Amino acid sequence: MSKPLKQIHLAAHFPGVNNTTVWSDPAAGSHIEFESFVHFAKTAERAKFDFLFLAEGLRLREQGGKIYDLDVVGRPDTFTVLAALAAVTDRLGLTGTINSTFNEPYEVARQFATLDHLSDGRSAWNVVTSWDAFTGENFRRGGFLPQEERYSRAEEFLTTTQELFDSWHGDEILADQATGTFLKDAAAGAFVHQGQHFDIHGRFNVPRSPQGRPVIFQAGDSDEGREFAASTADAIFSRYATLKEGQAFYTDVKSRLAAYGRRPDQLLILPAATFVLGDTDQEAAELAREVRRQQVSGATAIKHLEFVWNRDLSAYDPEGPLPDVDPVVDEEHISRGRAQVRMYRDPIAIAREWRRLAEANKWSIRDLVINTGNRQTFVGAPATVARTINDFVQADASDGFILVPHITPGGLDPFADRVVPLLQERGVFRSEYEGTTLRDHLGLAHPDAAAGAPAERAAS
Amino acid sequence: MSSTPPAHLHLAVALDGTGWHPASWREPAARPRDLFTAGYWADLVAEAERGLLDFVTLEDGLGPQSDQLLVPDERTDRVRGRLDAVLVASRIAPLTRHIGLVPTVVATHTEPFHISKAIATLDYVSTGRAGLRVQITARPDEAAHFGRRTVPRVTGFDSPGAQELVSVLFDEAADHVEVVRRLWDSWEDDAEIRDAATGRFIDRDKLHYIDFEGRFFHVKGPSITPRPPQGQPLVTALAHQTVPYRLVARQADVGYVTPHDTAQASAIVTEIRAEQEAAGRAEETLHVFGDLVVLLDDSQAEAEDRLGRLDALAGEPYTSDARVFAGTAAQLADLLEELAGGGLSGFRLRPAVAGHDLPRISRELVPELQRRHRFRDAYEAGTLRGHLGLARPANRYAAATA
Repeated sequence: MSKPLKQIHLAAHFPGVNNTTVWSDPAAGSHIEFESFVHFAKTAERAKFDFLFLAEGLRLREQGGKIYDLDVVGRPDTFTVLAALAAVTDRLGLTGTINSTFNEPYEVARQFATLDHLSDGRSAWNVVTSWDAFTGENFRRGGFLPQEERYSRAEEFLTTTQELFDSWHGDEILADQATGTFLKDAAAGAFVHQGQHFDIHGRFNVPRSPQGRPVIFQAGDSDEGREFAASTADAIFSRYATLKEGQAFYTDVKSRLAAYGRRPDQLLILPAATFVLGDTDQEAAELAREVRRQQVSGATAIKHLEFVWNRDLSAYDPEGPLPDVDPVVDEEHISRGRAQVRMYRDPIAIAREWRRLAEANKWSIRDLVINTGNRQTFVGAPATVARTINDFVQADASDGFILVPHITPGGLDPFADRVVPLLQERGVFRSEYEGTTLRDHLGLAHPDAAAGAPAERAAS
Repeated sequence: MSSTPPAHLHLAVALDGTGWHPASWREPAARPRDLFTAGYWADLVAEAERGLLDFVTLEDGLGPQSDQLLVPDERTDRVRGRLDAVLVASRIAPLTRHIGLVPTVVATHTEPFHISKAIATLDYVSTGRAGLRVQITARPDEAAHFGRRTVPRVTGFDSPGAQELVSVLFDEAADHVEVVRRLWDSWEDDAEIRDAATGRFIDRDKLHYIDFEGRFFHVKGPSITPRPPQGQPLVTALAHQTVPYRLVARQADVGYVTPHDTAQASAIVTEIRAEQEAAGRAEETLHVFGDLVVLLDDSQAEAEDRLGRLDALAGEPYTSDARVFAGTAAQLADLLEELAGGGLSGFRLRPAVAGHDLPRISRELVPELQRRHRFRDAYEAGTLRGHLGLARPANRYAAATA
């Protein structure tokens, strides 16, 4: 007997502020107007996706001391958009990134519990952390947190919010009009949390929501990040969308769960993925090359090189050879507010490798950036893409994908129309929603409030 | 006085749980078991929109409701618990078309950066119908929910210590609103250029650091959310005395006050206008609305009987900062016209029982005012500012660089 087919989980990341969104395409619409979000969410729900995902930003990115102006800039507030989308969808999960550094547990717990009520149990939280003073300049706290404390604060933040969610068990509201008893228990919502980062107590004022707690997502690839996810998350976003790397990550993270008394199916692994579809594989490959050229203009290529070189390269010709000067090391970085800042830890070695690649392939600066960064994950005719995705999941390289189209907001439509039916034919993706909550879609149990008597847990 | 006919009145309704009377949840129309569902709020706001009201406000708080002013209580016979008002407003926005949505925002423990983008986004999802009601909290138990500061315990608002505390909290709220407003202007309207020729998505010269440096916090900016459809969503505040009147005069588009008669209304309006002039805003439209708790029935006796029945269920007579009116829609229309003579341009009505008194407002009071030519017959503008006769404001930073 071969093992039964795994069911694929699919989600959609609204394309906005990232370096893969092609805003210059005539099909590109607004990334701010609510109509764009409605279109995108309805497509995802029509395709029976598990959830829609929104990222967050708390400071506009800068390069060379100026606001970065080549990519899509600006986005709406995560909670507010998700609440509005709950009105125009019925089943689609609503997942938002919310920073645990520049918020307080009481407020975030209220917002997620509210979103869960307002969506009848479809909310999810992607917990992220920050420590940088650059973002902190927009908040009361400022950039107060040492980098080494980021996970300890995030863990305690998450624990604290879960104590708040669990402070209501779900049976307190009687609302008995005849006897005049609204609350069964005067202490509903009582909580005490004393810890290194938070020392709070009182009464939580949102009753238990349909999912009890929102679904918890986590991103982060460091050892600490993987442990954090293994101990507490319901799903993890990964960067590994190639088979071998994906399998290695999958095996590593799933093996960490047992230490926390959890089964492998209690944490889903969902890499972000891009796609380009064509009528034939060859046509898709040509389209993918065009998309890459749209994603990487000459100006974008120079800016991209500046992350590594950490200096102004505006005098260089993007269609010419790579700079012969070396990167500047150990000074304040030219680029602020971007993940790439942390990815290039040894810029001299990267520059040397890039020069070697460019010379060997006769690449210009722009060719280099196009060929070394952000290749499309899935390129091909719909049948090819459906087969590849299924092979990937059945080979335990992931449990599904979070698709990031490169066009706002219609970029998901071709996938919904052409790939999803093929996955459904293979019996590896749902044709109808079977449950109503996001936990149902993801195959996750509903947390039992009674099991975690919150006052005791807080005191221990 | 000129001989022009009296102007239309503005009408808003304040939504709080099942209504403002503490026993309201026990009325047949109250739906207390639905309080934490979207459908409950959608139905109430649809009813208010049916009455062509300018906007609804949604109450909120960072702790459980209490019958005590500054401390929590242990009551189980009252509605306790509520949803985040900004998210409720956003959830309702796609289901409505005209009515303004004004959630409560507690300035004392929140980040102005988050509030600014949340209300800007509410303005996007409602296509220009967003506002906020800024509120402070002096409750020590709510401060303990955040753990970042302690608020001294005061027993009322009359002692010098309490006045000092309130004054500080209102100063902080004024800074909070100032930051929120600056962030709304931190993008000029035409900052997004999508210039394929130069590869630039935005013209960064049209984005502005707000560089706010105050006593309570510093905020750099710009916002991550582009300038909202109204430019500046509506800022509103409830005020009972000089310190909050000053916040209204400096920062608000609409202030809610609680006069019990026309002479009081006139005195309050005079004080706010003086503060408005002192704040250099004499030329700007600032609405002063009177707040009233209302019980509406077919006769005054019925309304008073209902109030008596609610009071008996609550175990004590209902008292409020605002005048409590029990009577017919026609009597209420008389009262509103009389109070408007004190300089009020509109009213925020607090239905004692939302499920009963809100439909009476939209289906009886509004037609009565329409008969008297004191209320609009249809929505005439596309935005909340438009309903209130407020222009879309120029961007302060664009003006500075023009």
